[in-house]
Amino acid sequence: MSTHTFDEMYAAPERVRDHYRNYARWLSQQPDDVMAARREEAEMIFRRVGITFAVYGDKDEDGAGTERLIPFDLIPRVIPAHEWRCMEKGLAQRVTALNRFIHDIYHDQEIIKAGIVPREQIVGNAQFRPEMVGVDVPGGVYSHIAGIDIVRAPVPGGQGEAEYYVLEDNLRVPSGVSYMLEDRKMMMRLFPELFSQNRVAPVAHYPDLLLETLRAVSPAHTAEPTVVVLTPGMYNSAYFEHAFLAQQMGVELVEGQDLFVKDGFVYMRTTRGPRRVDVIYRRVDDDFLDPLVFRPNSTLGCAGLLDVYRKGNVTLCNAIGTGVADDKSIYPYVPQMIEFYLGEKPILKNVPTFLGRKPDDLKYILANLKDLVVKEVHGAGGYGMLVGPASTQAEIEAFRKAVEAKPDGYIAQPTLSLSTCPTFVESGIAPRHIDLRPFVLSGQKVQTVPGGLTRVALKAGSLVVNSSQGGGTKDTWILEA
Amino acid sequence: MLSRTADHLFWMSRYTERAENTARILDVNYQTSLLPQSAGVAQVGWEGLLRISELMPAYQYQYGDVTPQNVLHFMVRDENNPSSIVSCLRAARENARAVRGVLTTELWETQNQTWLELQRLLKSKNFEKDPSEFFEWVKFRSHLSRGVAIGTMLQDEAFHFYRMGTFLERADNTARLIDVKFHAVESDFYGNASEADQELDFYHWSAILRSVSAFEVYRKVYRAVITPERVAELMILRPDMPRSLLACMNEVVNNLRAVSNETSAETERHAGKLRSELQFARIDEILANGLHAFLTQFLDRVNMLGNRISQNFLVPVAG
Repeated sequence: MSTHTFDEMYAAPERVRDHYRNYARWLSQQPDDVMAARREEAEMIFRRVGITFAVYGDKDEDGAGTERLIPFDLIPRVIPAHEWRCMEKGLAQRVTALNRFIHDIYHDQEIIKAGIVPREQIVGNAQFRPEMVGVDVPGGVYSHIAGIDIVRAPVPGGQGEAEYYVLEDNLRVPSGVSYMLEDRKMMMRLFPELFSQNRVAPVAHYPDLLLETLRAVSPAHTAEPTVVVLTPGMYNSAYFEHAFLAQQMGVELVEGQDLFVKDGFVYMRTTRGPRRVDVIYRRVDDDFLDPLVFRPNSTLGCAGLLDVYRKGNVTLCNAIGTGVADDKSIYPYVPQMIEFYLGEKPILKNVPTFLGRKPDDLKYILANLKDLVVKEVHGAGGYGMLVGPASTQAEIEAFRKAVEAKPDGYIAQPTLSLSTCPTFVESGIAPRHIDLRPFVLSGQKVQTVPGGLTRVALKAGSLVVNSSQGGGTKDTWILEA
Repeated sequence: MLSRTADHLFWMSRYTERAENTARILDVNYQTSLLPQSAGVAQVGWEGLLRISELMPAYQYQYGDVTPQNVLHFMVRDENNPSSIVSCLRAARENARAVRGVLTTELWETQNQTWLELQRLLKSKNFEKDPSEFFEWVKFRSHLSRGVAIGTMLQDEAFHFYRMGTFLERADNTARLIDVKFHAVESDFYGNASEADQELDFYHWSAILRSVSAFEVYRKVYRAVITPERVAELMILRPDMPRSLLACMNEVVNNLRAVSNETSAETERHAGKLRSELQFARIDEILANGLHAFLTQFLDRVNMLGNRISQNFLVPVAG
């Protein structure tokens, strides 16, 4: 792929893209000290409101304070509305196909019979849950909340134009939506005038859509379902988000210890005795959900939950076993899934991917390590990956050994030059690489609030945007012309 | 509401209240120690303070001799002491964080802000320079948190558990304060020897009154010289004195009634009985039968009430 980078704001130095014109003019009129003061104000508010995430095993100089702020950048990432409309359709199409795929995998496995996805890719996958085979879930929806990571990179051999690519599907318990909402709230608080001058699509109704989605998939036994959010607890890194979403939806935030199973139903302990629970938006991984079936020492879940679930007396969102579809080894098949299940051409592109388990691909990967991004199939959070061009010879050789030892544990992709967006850094305003995670809700229908979470790699040249590795966030504007 | 949520609210308010009362008693001791008096009297004050919260063994194990600096350090910033102000405010904030979604935004931000500011204050060493100003700050953060709760929370179950925690804790803390302070002068409780002693007595009793913000209240209610009997009456039996045992029990009973459930009848009976006994008691009877015995029994019963509330509402065992 070409080495030049696509900047979201500038088509060329001094030449601002159309959809950024208003903003750039406004920015140029803001005195430096005002922007600096706004940055401080934002940080103070985030801290006071307690919008923090916990870092595992992390201590400050006093041996305390394991709560950190995710850096927030004041310059928004702007997407023109026509681009968004196309992306939105592509997201709905992709998530619909993925849900069909998961249903198929746990039922008739047509896609295997058709020879599109090899059987060993499914049954040999640690994320495949035999417990889910033959289980029917309401509406056939498995991944009710999906976070699809999208990047924009130059078209190979193009004239500077760039294209959106799906980098990764997150179908288990994707997080980050609270930052999308809080970033917007912050921008509106700091710069109200920007929102009267620009037609930015609102996102604040996300919790309403989420609640509507969760209620739509409740078990048949009730018309007035009790919905709860299940959190691992306040020491989880995403605890703020769990509490935030429960509060915004007006539902209880429960922990495993608050739930119990009796006579085929799930109940929560309240001050007025047990109360039945119908839909659980769980932010706990599969492995920890039910100590009777999965990890026996887990205290984060509820004993007997899976049994109730399989009887259809409670709905889990997302369903158990969705990980089989967002695995990096399944990712390359998504475009074919779309054609297979929906009979449509994929709207969103995949990044070309080489699979370690294919002999030809493996040969190519090993020969081109220095140019590729190599990822562990089961890695997440930016860990267990090699960014070839940014690595030392020693790092590359270490990775070569790992790939040779277990080829099917790795995939590789060309090093995408993620698009950049101007960002406040120590030295002033400079371009930094960004990605985008829109959140797709599937209940009775498939819905997405306009935009998503834009993550930004704050280190110059870095392509790693994960908050656990020093990434920040930006407000994301879908802008009507 | 979720039992665990009620539990966190109950303890959030208890810990906030406990921090406030610790600041009150520390401040009074500190102020008293600035008065011209024998070192012995001041010493009795600091020792009494550790006895209030049954902390003497823990203190001695860590610090040895009782000195004002060490007691202040132990009771304010020692994180190994679960009753220190920093431990109480941390626990209050952790409980708040566990149920932040149930709190109003203002209440959560108040609790969070208190914790953030506390860390800054302790780091800046301002506390050592002017302890009284620090204690004042703790008191006002507690006032603020209570005021914000009353001014913003829906008066539902959550609110009642929050209030119950406040008053159960305050009942406990006031009773301990009376016990220790009256104990300190037990020997000459009814005797008034020399004029110098009387003067000392005045400072002793007025300090106790100040620690519960009741110096002016006393003057207004009795319009007379300060006597131990009246001080005791004010702090135990006056229903209109917001930190008295009776006032606290009135609130406990009312809030308990508001959340009544199938298992709580016996708890309500115990609370009501304790309240009625205070309501119809007379101070001369209490003193005749022994104040210490009375308070010891009161503390046991308040402790039992706390356990019963826990079983009925907060950590129900039944599946």
